[in-house]
Amino acid sequence: MNSLNEPRTHAIDLSSLNKNEKLQDIQQEKECLRVDNLNLYYGQKQALKNINMSIPEKKVTAFIGPSGCGKSTLLRCFNRMNDLIDSVRIEGRILLHGDDIYNKEVNVAELRRRVGMVFQKPNPFPKSVYENVAYGLRLQGIKNRRILDEVVERSLRSAALWEEVKDRLDDNAMGLSGGQQQRLVIARAIAIEPEVLLLDEPASALDPISTLKIEELIFELKDEYTIVIVTHNMQQAARVSDYTAFMYIGDVVEFGDTNTLFTNPKEKQTEDYITGRYG
Amino acid sequence: MKKMNSNWLKSGTPWIWLTGGAVAVSLVMVIGLLFLIAIRGLGQFWPTEIISFEYKQGDQTKTLLGEVADQETVQRERLQALGIKVPGEEEWITRYLLKIGNRDQGHPDFVWVEKLLMGDVSTPPDACVIERDEWGNFYGYLQSFSDQNTTVKGQDLWKRVQKSIARRLELSRQIKEIEKHQIGKINAQVEQLRLEKRRLELDNVTDEAAYTEIKRRRSLLDKKYQSLQRTLADLYQKVKRDSIVVMTSDGKEVTLPIAKVRRIYQPNRMSTLDKIGFYFTKMEEFITDDPREANTEGGIFPAIFGTALMVMLMSIIVTPFGVIAAVYLHEYAKKGPLTRTIRIAVNNLAGVPSIVYGVFGLGFFVYLIGGRVDQIFFPEALPAPTFGTPGLLWSSLTLALLTLPVVIIATEEGLSRIPRTIREGSLALGATKAETLWRTVLPMTTPAMMTGLILAVARAAGEVAPLMMVGVVKLAPSLPIDDNYPFLHLDRKFMHLGFHIYDVGFQSPNVEAARPLVYATAFVLVVLIVALNLLAIKIRNRLREKYITQAQ
Repeated sequence: MNSLNEPRTHAIDLSSLNKNEKLQDIQQEKECLRVDNLNLYYGQKQALKNINMSIPEKKVTAFIGPSGCGKSTLLRCFNRMNDLIDSVRIEGRILLHGDDIYNKEVNVAELRRRVGMVFQKPNPFPKSVYENVAYGLRLQGIKNRRILDEVVERSLRSAALWEEVKDRLDDNAMGLSGGQQQRLVIARAIAIEPEVLLLDEPASALDPISTLKIEELIFELKDEYTIVIVTHNMQQAARVSDYTAFMYIGDVVEFGDTNTLFTNPKEKQTEDYITGRYG
Repeated sequence: MKKMNSNWLKSGTPWIWLTGGAVAVSLVMVIGLLFLIAIRGLGQFWPTEIISFEYKQGDQTKTLLGEVADQETVQRERLQALGIKVPGEEEWITRYLLKIGNRDQGHPDFVWVEKLLMGDVSTPPDACVIERDEWGNFYGYLQSFSDQNTTVKGQDLWKRVQKSIARRLELSRQIKEIEKHQIGKINAQVEQLRLEKRRLELDNVTDEAAYTEIKRRRSLLDKKYQSLQRTLADLYQKVKRDSIVVMTSDGKEVTLPIAKVRRIYQPNRMSTLDKIGFYFTKMEEFITDDPREANTEGGIFPAIFGTALMVMLMSIIVTPFGVIAAVYLHEYAKKGPLTRTIRIAVNNLAGVPSIVYGVFGLGFFVYLIGGRVDQIFFPEALPAPTFGTPGLLWSSLTLALLTLPVVIIATEEGLSRIPRTIREGSLALGATKAETLWRTVLPMTTPAMMTGLILAVARAAGEVAPLMMVGVVKLAPSLPIDDNYPFLHLDRKFMHLGFHIYDVGFQSPNVEAARPLVYATAFVLVVLIVALNLLAIKIRNRLREKYITQAQ
């Protein structure tokens, strides 16, 4: 557990990457998350097949692919959300700054504090706006009103929501619009200053303007957080991400620099998907 | 034509009529029930006018004075079988139930009179109704008043009598205060001393000083008691002073001591406004007074109090138990045959007849647990049981057991309605499962818990059968809450509205007098349950507003 508390950066292990030409450009980046031979089964059915990838620090990495290809499942592996499903079995390793998060010693609650997550549907708690953002801090036992006030304001500002809600911090968060709720949920996630932020189709339930705001927000946040985003929307992936992984039926087909992947894909499958030849 | 019929069927109109009709029938039944209870129950407080007439039966002629309580038509043969000869040829004969009171004058206080046998009916303005502590109402004409020295007649009579009654009620209040509170307190302390002494004996204490101390305190209490007794005797002497002379309808003069008179009024002289005032006074009396005359007179306050207190205690017991059990079953228990069996058992518990719970409560709570508690904590009081006898605590526990399944099922349903995304949201912020439950899931489940509690309260307040075995009595000498330590007496027996209805309706020595009380008590019970439910619903709605979740 202690080792997990000391974030370390690793030089990329070149020997392993050389075998995998998909990761050319990522070699230069600092590594944050590393997936090693990951297999995941729902009961008998294999949902992720031998995934190997390295997610760079303080960049936006997008997962794209058709429905049911396993991109959300992979995302949920990073903060062990899949533990909640009884039938799931996982093989292989995921390293967060070099430490295996599936080690038995790992405190899952502590891991989730370090790896924040925002879900597809906005899920604010039926509490006030203030209490929503302060939730994670209260969990850590912080009661000092001054610290809470400060963090709540900072988080709401970072989530570009402060101006809209500063006068109604005590109102029920359920009264906000869908887009505001989603930004509130992002503010809630960054209030506890995670190292990684996982976004699971954060804009799919929102209107175009709210979507735009979320995308701008992602752009702002990548200076401070390693962001992994799952999206159905290829334009969105192209707009916000630095790196993109294309997944198909449990496989990472191609992973690389976003521009290259979209303009000059190496794999036939990738090309078919981004040009719209798949459903 | 056939085509039209089939179209009509297809359009769904018959379904609308069928379902709508079912709702209408239910509504009519509920409203009719409430209406009947309300009319019969609340009507009895209204002062009816007193009628006077000659009643010829055979060769006897009596003058009767009283108020009409009921009316019916019966067949001639039935009357003939009773030995009553009615002139004329009609098959159906109307007769009235007349309340003539004066039970101490050697006749029943209700008589049936046939309309055809009644002479001219008049409403004499001087006719009085005298409410008494014993023997029920007295009907007659006020003649004179006397207070040992002087006798008053004529003009001042009415005023003087009213004043005397007011004096009497005040004196009675003082007597009651001394008897119930001051002497009651001394009795409680004397009992305490007796138990203390017994405890010393049980512990084999031989130190004489301890016994002397108890004796000294005992003699102090005795002295206090003596002085109270003297005051009491004095008051009793005072209250006996006045009396009135009343003439009955057949001309007999009867002397009634004011000490037994609660109220005197002349309904035939009352204006509508007077009657309305009188109505509300009577109603208040009914709700706030203790019962008299084997529950057929007076109020039902102890029953209201007992019912409400028992239901509240039950709620306090059942809610935490039910919620904790539901949380375990829904959140922690592994899904398997054992959990499934437990769940089936819980559901079936809800269907067990309530009397079975009564038997269980008596055997398990009262005899087993209560007996053990007495042995361990109250050995000095034995062989008189303290908790080893039916009482308030065991009644509340038995009803808590009876309503437990309702709370568990409702809470479980509430837990399963919390969206998964909310739980995941909390977990993703680094909360453990327990923290998520405590901070988010349980607060959001409170409306469901309240729903369970509402159902539990509705069921518990109306339950009578099990209570008859574990703590309800016909007449409790004192309320379960009073000013003697420890204030809330969980070991005491108590009165309950549901049982009161049964007792007044079926165990009463005076059926005719008790009948309106049955309706009135039933009405109060319904009102009490509705009030408790409304309170719970109000709390639930407030909680729902607070924990509103988007309908997605």
